Amino acid sequence: MPDLTSNTAGIISPNPFWLASAPPANSGGQIMRAFDAGWGGAVWKTLGQPIQNVSSRFGAVRWRGHNGMGFNNIELITDRPLETNFREIAEVKKKYPKHAVIVSLMVETKEEWKDIIKRSVDTGADGLELNFGCPHGMCERGMGSAVGQEPKVNEEITSWAKEYSSIPVLVKLTPNVGDIVPHGLAAQAGGADGVSLINTIKSIIGVDIDNLVPEPRVDGKSTNGGYCGAAVRPIALHMCAALARDPRFNVPISGIGGVTNWRDAVEFILLGSSSVQVCTEVMLRGYRIVEDMIEGLETYMREKRFEKLDDMVGKAVPAYSEWGDLDMNYETVAKIDGDKCIGCQLCLVACHDGAHQCIHPAEDAKVRIPVVDESECVGCNLCQIVCPVPDCISMVEVDNGYVPASWNEAVAGTAKLRPKKGAH
Amino acid sequence: MSNVSDERSETVFDDFKPAYTPAQAKVEANRCLYCHDAPCVKACPTSINIPEFIRKIATENVRGSAKTIFDQNILGMSCARVCPVEVLCVGDCVFNEMGVPPIQIGKLQRYSTDRAFDEQWTYYEAGPDTGKSVALVGGGPASLAAAHQLRRLGHACTIYEKRPVLGGLNTTGVAPYKMKADRSVQEVKWLLSIGGIEVKTGVSVPDEVDFAALEKEHDAIFLGLGLGPDTILDMAGKELPGAQGAVEFIEGMKLEQLDLKDVKRVLVIGGGNTAIDAVREALGLGLPEVTMVYRGREEKMSGYLHEWDAAKQEGARAAWQTQPVGFEQQGGRITGVKCQKMDDDKKLIGGTEHVLPADLVLLAIGQSKLAHLVEGLEGIETKWGRVIVDEAGATGRAGYYAGGDCINGGKEVVNAAADGKRAAHAIHDYVMTKGGSDA
Repeated sequence: MPDLTSNTAGIISPNPFWLASAPPANSGGQIMRAFDAGWGGAVWKTLGQPIQNVSSRFGAVRWRGHNGMGFNNIELITDRPLETNFREIAEVKKKYPKHAVIVSLMVETKEEWKDIIKRSVDTGADGLELNFGCPHGMCERGMGSAVGQEPKVNEEITSWAKEYSSIPVLVKLTPNVGDIVPHGLAAQAGGADGVSLINTIKSIIGVDIDNLVPEPRVDGKSTNGGYCGAAVRPIALHMCAALARDPRFNVPISGIGGVTNWRDAVEFILLGSSSVQVCTEVMLRGYRIVEDMIEGLETYMREKRFEKLDDMVGKAVPAYSEWGDLDMNYETVAKIDGDKCIGCQLCLVACHDGAHQCIHPAEDAKVRIPVVDESECVGCNLCQIVCPVPDCISMVEVDNGYVPASWNEAVAGTAKLRPKKGAH
Repeated sequence: MSNVSDERSETVFDDFKPAYTPAQAKVEANRCLYCHDAPCVKACPTSINIPEFIRKIATENVRGSAKTIFDQNILGMSCARVCPVEVLCVGDCVFNEMGVPPIQIGKLQRYSTDRAFDEQWTYYEAGPDTGKSVALVGGGPASLAAAHQLRRLGHACTIYEKRPVLGGLNTTGVAPYKMKADRSVQEVKWLLSIGGIEVKTGVSVPDEVDFAALEKEHDAIFLGLGLGPDTILDMAGKELPGAQGAVEFIEGMKLEQLDLKDVKRVLVIGGGNTAIDAVREALGLGLPEVTMVYRGREEKMSGYLHEWDAAKQEGARAAWQTQPVGFEQQGGRITGVKCQKMDDDKKLIGGTEHVLPADLVLLAIGQSKLAHLVEGLEGIETKWGRVIVDEAGATGRAGYYAGGDCINGGKEVVNAAADGKRAAHAIHDYVMTKGGSDA
């Protein structure tokens, strides 16, 4: 049985699945239920000066019959009294000593940081997460992403936290920046034991076109919120990998952003996350999703012969390359399996209108299986992506006789590129 | 336990509900809403966590999906095929409320459990040996489910079965377009692979081994007796060739190669699920004219409507409000059934006598009950031929538990599986606490 134990900057949890700092981690009762369901850790909903929230608070991207492909919120940090939160954190930690409880924090002044960190550490929590990421409501007050977008401020506040904290400090980064790397390095320079990313993305989730008001609607107005859910995963994966592969960056990562099942979690782990945090899918489906996440990860690790979680952390990072180092002479073409094809011709229209016009109708008009002109196919994957039938279209490697050659090598004159295809 | 022969009439049948391909399973699994406190789970006698096993198909955690099923019902593979899902889980899918086609839970369950069998995934180990021993009388679904659970709890088990094969009606009675006998035998072997379940086939209880002997040797006894032979119409000529019980006919078709070349016209007497099965099976075997003879109206028959609809599509005929009153015979063979029409109060209507010709008459008017086998045992109560048990599956005699058709008069495999598991836990409590004797 593979060992799922996760170690993120010294924060140990029985598995890498943590609730992210968000509504599912708002109270002790919730977190204890989550631990009973199998979650390995939880980052408590951000503590600070309690705020007051509006109604409504959430919006969703509804797309082709799915209710929550993307999601956003305009909720702020905790609205519960600090004393209540601290009491419950201590209770949870006492009842679940082997689970990880991390306290998310967001305050303004150095004195406030000192005070809230002391009180957090006193609960027996396993770590702190500094919320430098929230892109709505709090940033206008000089907190959240307002800190995360300024490396110097980020570094300074992180160093305060490290000064006052005797437990590991994670810095939660905002994706609302051009390049994540300087911000990760700033946290590291401030002494952070690790980073967690991404927080939500500044967004307007949609517009109520009947009332001419953006969503989520608060009477006659709305505001920008934080975007999350399955749709943000690619952005989060990139930011995670960008830090993981930077040679200057060398503290652990807790990955966040669009994790809905074990497969998503495996992707984050392979790109350098020691733990993964989940919010939206729990909001949409409940704590119970973790059973499949644990089982799926275990089965995956067994099949890939990873004995412990650390063995797989970052294993896909080396394959994340600069474009200029990709092999330009590697060539694939699409092959359609006529036995599996159902004749929808989505590949044909996609190729004709959206790619390189190399998929054509069969000569016999009664046959609906399209034909690939391999001499023109550039191997772009579009047809395979739109095909509704698994394994019907495969991208097959072509042996074109050329030795591997990258763009950088070609520019340097040390390699020969194959002739371009489809560029008429 | 022996295997079944390769030469069996049932092998001509294809699956009525074909197996899903991975692509089909994934499309269907992704439709499931993953309801909380789901109605489908409540409709399942074994309370399988249906939304969870379906979600695991969607995430391609099929190994975990099958485990979610087996955790609740070790006979999940056969139940996936034989359960009347239309009146159980699928019938309660919330999509029905929306007017959207319900999730095909049975087919998804078959997908995961078939995969578990193909990949030979096993999940369970026997518990630490308790030194206790349990006898299971009858080798059908109830006893198998009980034995498996008892082994997980560490008790030694011995199954006594009078037939040469285990599986009960799963092996000998399930319509072959749902599951064939060899698949049931495979399931039994998979289940027995937990180890420590001794199987004594060809042993009839209490004729060859009586209850006193079982009590001496075991700490508790589970009665999974099932039902007895078909009820036969008490009419002159009943013993002649050309008429037989439907259950007997089905068993013959499932285990042997029947010679039906002279059979053109078949009458099936009855209106229950065995009657519908017999009709569909006779049609599937290529018999050209198959007629159900039922004393009530079509809408009053006790068989499932969805099954009868399928039978009609396959060419079944019916004679409603028709009561057999005697056999026609010629040259020592039955050649038809004398019938009379009945009114809505099930009274015979004078002057309606007529003969329905037949080469084969199948009687599907019920099976005899086997409670008489235990009626001599002090404390055991029976009613209408059924063994009476409490909520835990215990009979009135200490150490005796029962489940399956012998307590419910003939329900589904899934009910038997639920009964067996329930009784296993009660037996565990009994042998570990109340004594279960140190003999």
